[in-house]
Amino acid sequence: MIEKTVYLDNAAATRMDERVLESMTPYFFETYPVATSEFGYSLGIEAREALEKAREKIAHHIGATGEEFIFTSGSTESSNLALKGVALALGEKKGRHLIISKIEDFPVLHSARALEKQGFSVTYLDVDHEGLVDLDRLRGSMTDETILVSIQHANQEIGTAQDIETIGRICEERGILFHTDATHTFTRMPLDSREVSVDLITISPHTIHGPKGVGGLYIRKGTPISKWMDGGFQEFNLRAGLENIPGAVGFARAVELVTPEENERIKVMRDHLIDRVSATVPDTTLNGHRSKRVPQNANITFHFVEGESITLHLDMRGFAVSTGSACFSRSLEASHVILGIGGDHERAHGSIRFTFGRYNTTEDVDTVVDTITEVVSQLREISPLAKK
Amino acid sequence: MTFPYGDKVLEHFRHPRNVGKIENPDGNAMEGSPACGDMVGVHIKVDPDTKRITDIKFESYGCASNIATGSIITELAKGKTIEEAKKISWKEASDALGGLPPIKAHCSVLAVEGLRSAIQNYEERHGLVKDQKNTTVEIVRKRLKKVMNPLSGLDLVRTELVKDIKVDKGTVHITVDIPADHQFASNIKDEIMEKIGPLWDVKKVEVVFTE
Repeated sequence: MIEKTVYLDNAAATRMDERVLESMTPYFFETYPVATSEFGYSLGIEAREALEKAREKIAHHIGATGEEFIFTSGSTESSNLALKGVALALGEKKGRHLIISKIEDFPVLHSARALEKQGFSVTYLDVDHEGLVDLDRLRGSMTDETILVSIQHANQEIGTAQDIETIGRICEERGILFHTDATHTFTRMPLDSREVSVDLITISPHTIHGPKGVGGLYIRKGTPISKWMDGGFQEFNLRAGLENIPGAVGFARAVELVTPEENERIKVMRDHLIDRVSATVPDTTLNGHRSKRVPQNANITFHFVEGESITLHLDMRGFAVSTGSACFSRSLEASHVILGIGGDHERAHGSIRFTFGRYNTTEDVDTVVDTITEVVSQLREISPLAKK
Repeated sequence: MTFPYGDKVLEHFRHPRNVGKIENPDGNAMEGSPACGDMVGVHIKVDPDTKRITDIKFESYGCASNIATGSIITELAKGKTIEEAKKISWKEASDALGGLPPIKAHCSVLAVEGLRSAIQNYEERHGLVKDQKNTTVEIVRKRLKKVMNPLSGLDLVRTELVKDIKVDKGTVHITVDIPADHQFASNIKDEIMEKIGPLWDVKKVEVVFTE
């Protein structure tokens, strides 16, 4: 049988690094109390200090100070807070219009839809065939009522990275807040809040070999945002709830462990995969932009075959990948991203996403390409759409 | 390892039987479309005297359930008379595979329909079709039983989503009880068009959603 899984779904979740776990362990067994105020007991003060140290480290990574960063339970909560928190703060005062891209990940997309039900209006910006937002359309859809633009740093499925520097500038000129979901670029691509005019940034360690169940939101000083998780006064009174101190510590450790060398190594593997697939498998399409993309992502449509069949064949041979096919998803809906870049259902159905991480090797790339070449040709044998 | 399907399904998925086309088939049909995500082609050879299916092959563009059902259906139909083969149900195919997840009914029912359509095609080609009946509300309702509600894996009629059917001088008007912005509204509409459109006396199909 298969000895180990070659895991190529690192955009969904990653294997945690042992060093991250090591950093977290003392906060389960030794420094386990809640973070008390500076007038609390020693263990609580130590817990508080660990939390603040973690906060500083993570904030520093995006060029921010500790007061500009709050911990949440993950990317989903961070993006919910960004959209709904701004809507709550500015809906009465300024206006009720938001702009997002059509290919946002579900936390942003569905928060926007939820706000629509509350009477807000949302512009869903089209993207081009490579997934890039049209900046003129962005300018054109801004009104005096617009309170927030939310455009992701890079896409969860096709990896296309937006020009958030220019988007930030456009928003700043119009005095509109800008949120970006950086879940898939955080530490993998440069992002500095001093260089990019961005007011809110969603980040999470689950994509970089850190723990699940913890995430964060960068909030530029002075950004109008309202609390909606009510309870205690934690996280600068913006997000109530007992602090996840082991999670925060692990988050900070995960950030430290990502190096430029690792990102380069991942990119080389990814490029090797794209090159080999295009050389060995006929009738494929790379989804997303060739160069403006996160280093860890390759998304390829294998025409005339269906993605769930590919993933199942690969799974039986020990490879974990994902697909934009309707058949694979819980909702049986085809990928809104592939459809959003102008692909038809056939392109979505045959799309496979490979995402790399710390524990992948060049050998993994070679074996997955060999296997997928075989699987696709086998499935094309029985496909009525394939040219024979 | 934990797979989403049973052993029998996986076995047919990995090693599908009777794959491909038949040269000069006596009957053939293609069900589904790339847009709806699944396609099954069924090709048959029929003995003109005994009316038995002597050879059958299938093609599939689809997920594992689709492929496995296509495969099992060829095994079930081979050697049967066309009258016997027409009666093979989705339930029978699913049982022969040791069961399929309900949400995948939509993908697998296509193979069963493919077989029936291939037989119908054989009958049409060989002048075996009985008198053509005028389309009635009942005929439309019967056809709508083949349109799946992907959320439940059950058909539109059974899940009581068909609110109203009107048939008037070649125009069929169907009201479906889901909102127009429902995630499956357009899929369901496409499938209704595919099922009702080909009826010989239907010129126009109108699908309306509630609210």
